[in-house]
Amino acid sequence: MGAEKLEVLFQERIDANEKIEPRDYMPEEYRQHLIRQMSQHAHSEVIGMQPEGNWITRAPSLRAKKILLAKVQDEAGHGLYIYSATETLGVTRDELISRLHQGKAKYASIFNYPALTWADMGAIGWLVDGAAITNQVSLQKTSYGPYSRSMVKICKEESFHQRQGYEIIAAMAKGTSEQKEMAQDALNRFWWPSLMMFGPHDSDSPRTGNAMKWKIKRESNDVLRQRFIDKTVSQAELIGLTIPDPDLKWNEERGSYDFGEIDWDEFWSVVKGGGPCNLKRLNHHKKAHNDGAWVRKAAAAYAKKHLNK
Amino acid sequence: MCSKGPFLEEDIAQTNLGLDLLGQAEALLTYAAKLEDKGRTADDLVYKRPERDFYNFMLTEQPNTDFAFAVVRQYIMALYLDKVYETLSKVDDETLSGIASKALKEIDYHKSHLGMWVTRLGDGTQESHERVQTAFNELWMFVGELYEEDELDLKMQHSGYAISGDEMKSYLFSEISSSLAKATLSIPESVYMTTGSKKGIHTEYLGYLLTEMQYLQRAYPDANW
Ligand SMILES: [Fe+2]
Ligand SMILES: [Fe+2]
Ligand SMILES: [Fe+2]
Repeated sequence: MGAEKLEVLFQERIDANEKIEPRDYMPEEYRQHLIRQMSQHAHSEVIGMQPEGNWITRAPSLRAKKILLAKVQDEAGHGLYIYSATETLGVTRDELISRLHQGKAKYASIFNYPALTWADMGAIGWLVDGAAITNQVSLQKTSYGPYSRSMVKICKEESFHQRQGYEIIAAMAKGTSEQKEMAQDALNRFWWPSLMMFGPHDSDSPRTGNAMKWKIKRESNDVLRQRFIDKTVSQAELIGLTIPDPDLKWNEERGSYDFGEIDWDEFWSVVKGGGPCNLKRLNHHKKAHNDGAWVRKAAAAYAKKHLNK
Repeated sequence: MCSKGPFLEEDIAQTNLGLDLLGQAEALLTYAAKLEDKGRTADDLVYKRPERDFYNFMLTEQPNTDFAFAVVRQYIMALYLDKVYETLSKVDDETLSGIASKALKEIDYHKSHLGMWVTRLGDGTQESHERVQTAFNELWMFVGELYEEDELDLKMQHSGYAISGDEMKSYLFSEISSSLAKATLSIPESVYMTTGSKKGIHTEYLGYLLTEMQYLQRAYPDANW
């Protein structure tokens, strides 16, 4: 069968909402798009361990420590699922990690913002995981089978993540005046970067066309962002915190909130490496990877010796 | 270790061990606070005690110099805890025996997971062999405390809540010797052994651990989290 015919059949399967599996025909561009998106997703899970991991030793109660540690561990598990799903496309985890280290692969920019106070553990779970869930729920319907299934698995754990974050920030919002101040400050710092997690406006998002046509992406950046805002505003009100956006107001006609313009200069600057923690996050990952090299070698050497026996 | 593991699977596995230990500590401290009956909670015991009131073994406060140090430290502690929980799982106090029985299952897994790493590292590459041997050599001086006895130990032994120091010592040495032999490693020369953690004496590492751990509770004493 000619390549053109295969591509037509492929698109027909996509249009009929069939899942594409690893052994199925897929256009090379589809494969490359998935590798880029899925590895970026996996790297984000793993790099995302750092801002919260940074607070485990300082968690203010045994209960909080256990929950946070379990949460960060979940993110490692998410990274693992998605790396494995990406490997079904014919790349290895090692290659993906080396692309990350070379700066060729990206991860979510949100993790380039520092986690400064305990309230940030609240804001991150509530807003960052909240935004991630909005995105991942939509991705459960993505056309690539292994990616879709990993999203289903992950979404089950994510609601716990958002709840634990909201619980932290809610407790602080009704605590002492210092705690309340920290809670509001965390919301102020994480609100806009969370909205940026959905990416540029649809009109400025060059790859969206193909991704929508192939049903890798099922809903647009702007639609997802709006959904996240609409469900989050009342959660802030409920605990007496103020969303740092003077233009935010309910639009009766649209049945949605109108909101202010995102600072896209900041967005692009952080994407391109200009965030306060970009270097730190990547160096931490490289250091852990390099420090672990002798352990991986030892495990491989041991396995080889004892396989031959 | 979390986000610093040598590869993701092991990062997750080490975090599991940490979660188990945290759960055991919480159960024991909750019960200790209740027995003390002075209105303190488990968190008070963790976050408000000063350095000299901590009676943990010095071994447990030694840093993660590299993966081998973390493995060896936790492996030796897992052996010790296995024996302790085994004994406590049989005592009359039902709360304590309950905590110990649950912990025993977890620690059994720790022993086998960490023991497997001792073997792999010892019998892996030249580098891993040297690193894990170094870890055993440098941590060895902290092992003596695990079978040291003070008056409280003797009292506990008397009522069946602890085994004797001699028994603990021979158990630890026989377990460690056989696992080191399997890993092609050697038992460190018997050197100076530390003493004092049962009197609240520590290495200098504990102060930093407590400073970090207790920071929020001490900075905001009126806050609930
Ligand atoms: Fe996740
Ligand atoms: Fe999450
Ligand atoms: Fe376990």
